[in-house]
Formats: sequence, structure tokens, C-alpha cells
Amino acid sequence: MILRRAASAFTYLLLLLLSLVVLYPLIFTVFSSFMTEKEVANFPPPLFPSSFYLGNFAEAISGFPIVRFILNSFIVSTAIMLCQVITSSLAAYAFAFLNFKGKAVLFGLFLSTMMIPWEVTIIPNYLTIKDWGWMDSYQGLIVPFMAGAFGVFLLRQFFLQLPRELFDAAKIDGCGHIRCYFSMVLPLSRSSIATLAVYTFLTHWNHFLWPLLITNKASMRTVQIGVAMLQHAEVMSWNLILAGVTIVLIPSFVLLAFGVKQLVRGITAGALKG
Amino acid sequence: MPNYESVLNDRKSKEVRKRVWKEHALAYGFLAPSIIVFVMFLFYPMLKSVYLSMTITDPRGQVVEFVWLENFIRLLSTGQFYKNLGVTLMFILFTVPTSLIWSLFLAAITHNKLRGMKVFQFIFSLPIVISVGTGSIIWFLLFHPTAGMLNYFLSLVHVGPIPWLTDPSWALISISIMTIWMNMGFLYILLSSGLQGVPEEIYESARMDGSGPIRTFLQIVLPLLSPTIFFALIVSVISAFQAFGQIHILTKGGPINSTNVMVYSIYQDAFVNFRFGIGSAQALILFAIILLLTLLQFKVLEKKVHYQ
Repeated sequence: MILRRAASAFTYLLLLLLSLVVLYPLIFTVFSSFMTEKEVANFPPPLFPSSFYLGNFAEAISGFPIVRFILNSFIVSTAIMLCQVITSSLAAYAFAFLNFKGKAVLFGLFLSTMMIPWEVTIIPNYLTIKDWGWMDSYQGLIVPFMAGAFGVFLLRQFFLQLPRELFDAAKIDGCGHIRCYFSMVLPLSRSSIATLAVYTFLTHWNHFLWPLLITNKASMRTVQIGVAMLQHAEVMSWNLILAGVTIVLIPSFVLLAFGVKQLVRGITAGALKG
Repeated sequence: MPNYESVLNDRKSKEVRKRVWKEHALAYGFLAPSIIVFVMFLFYPMLKSVYLSMTITDPRGQVVEFVWLENFIRLLSTGQFYKNLGVTLMFILFTVPTSLIWSLFLAAITHNKLRGMKVFQFIFSLPIVISVGTGSIIWFLLFHPTAGMLNYFLSLVHVGPIPWLTDPSWALISISIMTIWMNMGFLYILLSSGLQGVPEEIYESARMDGSGPIRTFLQIVLPLLSPTIFFALIVSVISAFQAFGQIHILTKGGPINSTNVMVYSIYQDAFVNFRFGIGSAQALILFAIILLLTLLQFKVLEKKVHYQ
């Protein structure tokens, strides 16, 4: 008994220590963003802020278009998320419930898109967007990502598991495919759609290279690019930069707090597929 | 469900034919949005990359000259390409095994029935939401040579300051540390759910046979987990091949090209020097490597890895 107690006490101690290591960069970020300039100027800077100083946040927001960055990222990620939910669920419905010629070939085609990494497509896509005059525009940031094979596979897998009898009954009642899609399949697969939504939103919220290439104007930059630019704003002191980082991290943490289950399911779905 | 073939064969019934036709129209209609996006932004650019890789372009991306395989020959005959490939392989070597072992270790010690484990699981999953942009900025400040906290902590244990990002022999290691931290959330979640898939009875029967927890883990659980670990390995290697953001923000490929991985050199060739031809050629070589790895994944997963 005592041995077991000691073992679990040791486990807790170890976990606490490891958590501290993992969390330290974030603790450092959040704490520093509450410190006054004077506090940060000391070396070594204090580990804890002496008070809940909010001046950095106010200054970061007023001195830098951070709200605009967040808004841009929000618009882009939400639009991509909605588009992917629509395009993926439609395609998944076709693969799961409809019979048509070339189904196997098209399915293989969808599968093959997962093997095309972004390096081979990014140069021509950049040239395309430039040709179309879509630099510094929302459509340039959104349109290339409106569909994705991952969502199609995730949803198709789920659709196939829905009870067949439901559809047979609906068919006998004269329910067509379009009505079936809207009034049965979509509502029944809310959980999978939520998984896809959370996953897609987060991926594109964190997107770095594409917005870096496509946006030049500060007013069109997304959060990730905006934050990376803070680094070069020489006049800014650390606590201001970190206040900016903290503001940018808040939506991600909210998403994690509410969507951790969806996220886990998205990741493991990928693993099962592989 | 009506049999597809027999329905098609039944040509006499107009009714059925109309229904089949309608179903086809509906199916293609449903697939059309995805197919249009894939064709425009995946398949067409993929082919165009092949074309571009055999050309020399002007800075606006207009093809000036078609040079067949000259870009590839030039790449493969210069030392810089192999140097960049070497840096990429070193980066993989630094990040992949360590982050796998680290995440597996964390997944293993949080896989128990002690109270409050949810909190630790949440903490170890946390880095998954950290983006390359924010993560790199945080570490940029932590790595700061004079005022950074890492060197301060080192000074507490009487270790001299380390030139994290400015010394060619340290820069890649520093980037690797940051990358391991950033990737651990994903790997931790993946491996944790893999562990949850191992049936409880296996632990029970191992204990009955007098096997200690460490031996049980290494000899019984680990083999059962091998499909998940293998998947994690391949995904990690591919994502290491594609690491860009942290290098762009922290070192820009320097100092003295010590962190100039292949992806970064593609970026520099294509989007800094506007040499889209040679950039595309490098991208295709990288694609070939990644494709080989993916195929390997399918092959090995089919055969060698232990399934229950």
C-alpha cells in the first residue's frame, strides 16, 4: 500500500515537472505580456508579473493592426471551413450512397490528391493567383482550399456506418437523394462534421506559407504573418510582442477547450485510414 | 438496394433508365465542386510544375526558354543541393526519433487510472494548437543570446550562454528543439489514442504472468502499438521534410546555410530570386522522395507491422 502510494506520488511529481517543461514557453508568453516595460528591462526578468498590467494589450492593439489580422484570419478560416464542409459532404454522399459510372476511378483520383504535397503545387498556384489579380484578396486566400480529400474520406466513412434501413424506409416514403442529404444525412452526422470543421478551421488559422506569399498589404495579412512581423518591429519591446502573441493564441485555446474531442477524432481518423 | 449492373442491363424499362440517368447527374453534380478545385489547384499545378521544371522563366513567371532536363542536371551536379539535402536529413534525424520517443513516453505515463490525468493529458496535447508563427516568435525570444530565458536558466546551473540561433553548429539543434515542442501535441494525441486501443485484458494477463510494467510495455504493448507508431513515424518524416515556418522566422536558412533545408531553398529560389524553373525542379525531387515514403508506408503497413 505504502509502496503504491509512493509510486503514484512519484508519478504525479514527474508529470508536474514534465508539464512545467511543456508549458514553460506559454507561461513565459502569458506572464510577460502582463509585465510592465520596467519589469522586462531587468535581467533576469522576474518569473511572475507583479500585477495584472493590461497596458501591453492596449498598446499592441492600438499600435499594430492586430484586430485586423485576427479578423482576416477569422474570415478566411471560417470561409474555408464552411466550403470544405459543403464540398466534402456532397462528395462523400455521392461516394457513399449513389451508384454511377467511374466511381472507383474517381475515388482513386480523390485518394491520389492526398499524395500531392504543397511544394509541387505552390509555385504554379502562386503564378495562377497572380495572373488572376487575386494577390491581397480574400478569394486568393480561400478559393484554393475550398475542397479537400481528407474531409471526403472522413465523412464517407461515417456515412457508410449509418444504418441502411433508415434509407430504405426513406426511399419507400418517396424521399429523394437531395432531401435525404439535407434532412437525414447531414443532421445525423453532426459529430463528424464538427470534427472536420474544427480540424479545417485550426489548420487554416495556423496556415503560414500561402498567406505569406499571397499577401503584401498589411491590411490583408493573416494572424500568423502579422505575428511573425512583430519580430521585426524594432521599436516594440518584448512584452508588447508577447501581448500580441497572447491575443493571437486566445482563439486557438478556446478552440482547443471546446473542440479537443473533435480534434482527437480527426487525428485518429487519419491514423486509421493510413 | 438494386444491383447496379442488372439495372443498367435492363434497357427496356424507361423508368429505370431515367432514374439511373438522374442518379448519375446527381452524383457528378455532387462531386463537381471538389473536382473543380482539385483540377485547378492540385492536378493542373502538378503538371505545370513538371513543365516549369524544364524551363527558365522571367521574374514574372513567363517561360523564356525550354531547357529539358538542364535544371535537374544543374541541381544534381552542384554541391549546394546535396548540402541542403544533408541539412534536411539531419533535421529529420534530430526531430523525428526524439519527438516520437518523447511523445510515446508522455502517452505511456499518462495512460493510467490515477486521478487528474485529464489535466495532464490536456497539457500535453496543448502544443497542437500552437501555430508555426506564434511558436517561432515565442522561441525566438527564449533563444535570445543575451536576454533569453534559456541562457538565463543555463547560467543558474553555471553553464555558459549558448549562441542558439547564431552559431552554425547550434542553429539546427535549436530549430529542432522548437520543432519537437511544436509537434508533440499531435504525436501525443495520436499515440495516446493508440494506447487506449490496447485491450485492458492484455495488461491483466501480463500482470498475472508476473511481467513488470516496463517489460509489459516494451514487449507486449509496443508491438501492438506498432501500426500507430509506424503511421506516426511516416507522418513525422514527411512533415519534417516540409518544415518551413520556423526556419523562415528563426534563421532564414542561415547562419552559413546551416539550416537551409530543401523546402527553404525552394522558397528562396522561387519567391526570393524568382527562379521558378529551378524551384520547381527541386520541388519535384522532394515530391519523389515523399512519394516513395508514402508508398513505403502502404507496403509496410500491409505486411510487416503487427496487427491484432
